[in-house]
Amino acid sequence: MLLIHCPYCEEDRPELEFHGAGEAHMERPKNMGDISPEDFEKFFFIRENRKGLVFERWRHLHGCGRFFNAARHSVSDKFICTYKAGEPKPELSDEQIAAVLPPAKGTPANEPIVSKGDAK
Amino acid sequence: MANLELPLQSRMFANDGIAIAPIGSLERVSLRADDSAFASIEKVLGLTLPKKPKTSVTKDDRTALWIGPDEWLILGQDNASLMQAFGKLRSQKFSAVDVSHRNCAIQISGENAVMVLNTGCPQDLSLKAFPVGACSRTVYAKAEIILLRTGENEFHLECWRSFSDYVWKFLLDSATSL
Ligand SMILES: [Zn+2]
Repeated sequence: MLLIHCPYCEEDRPELEFHGAGEAHMERPKNMGDISPEDFEKFFFIRENRKGLVFERWRHLHGCGRFFNAARHSVSDKFICTYKAGEPKPELSDEQIAAVLPPAKGTPANEPIVSKGDAK
Repeated sequence: MANLELPLQSRMFANDGIAIAPIGSLERVSLRADDSAFASIEKVLGLTLPKKPKTSVTKDDRTALWIGPDEWLILGQDNASLMQAFGKLRSQKFSAVDVSHRNCAIQISGENAVMVLNTGCPQDLSLKAFPVGACSRTVYAKAEIILLRTGENEFHLECWRSFSDYVWKFLLDSATSL
C-alpha cells in the first residue's frame, strides 16, 4: 500500500484514505464567458498526461478532507513531495527526481532486500 | 433530544481479549470554524479546541476531536446541551450542525482491540503513533469511521448510522477469527 504524506495531518497515511483528483495547477479562466470554444476545450478537457514527473491534486477524503497537491512520477508511482493547496509548484532538485525514477530496463523491478553477503 | 432506537441496541460481543459493545446515545456536533471564532466557541463549550492533527480534548461530559484544519466533532453526554451552548453565539463565523443521530458509536476494548481494528483500518494504531486521546477520521473496511483511543486497549468508534450494521458485522467477523 502507498503511504501518502498529508501536509495538513502532517504525517504519512495509508492510500485508502485518499482520492486522486487529477492534474494540479489548472487555472480557471477569469473571463469564462468570453473565451472561445477552443480555449474552453483546452482548459476543460486537455491535460498533459505526462510520462514522468507529474503534479497532481489529491484529497485526504477519509481524513482531514483537504485537497492538496503532490509531485509524483507517473511510471514508478512514487511521490517526491506533497504540499498544501494554493502553494506554488515546488522547485525539485535532480536528486529528488532521480530518487523516484523507475528501475532501468533489464533490472528487476524490486531489488531483493537481502544483500548478497547475507544470503545463504 | 428525541428518543430514537439505536440501530445496534442490545447487541454485545465478548471473547478472549476482546469486547465489542454499542455506546448509548450521545450528542454530536459537526463544527466548522476559523481562528476568529475559537475564543468564543471555547468559552461557551468550556473546553479548548484541539489545534494539532489527530488530537482530542476532553473536559467533563464533552470531548472535542480534531478532524481537519477547520473541522471538529464535538461529542457530549446525552444531556450536555451542546446546541444550546452554540446558540449563545451570535456574530461569530462558524457552522455547528447537530449530527447526534447521524452517527452511532461502538466501543472496542481488550488486549486484542488493535488487532481487530487493524483488520479493517489501515492506520498505524501502535501506542507510539496513536496514543491515548488520539483521534482520526479514517476507514474501517469499506466504511468511513472516526476513531478515538480512550484507553491503552480501548477505542470509541463513530460511524454513520446506516453503515453501523456493516461495521458491527465486520468487527465481529474479525473478532471471532482471531
Ligand atoms: Zn489530512
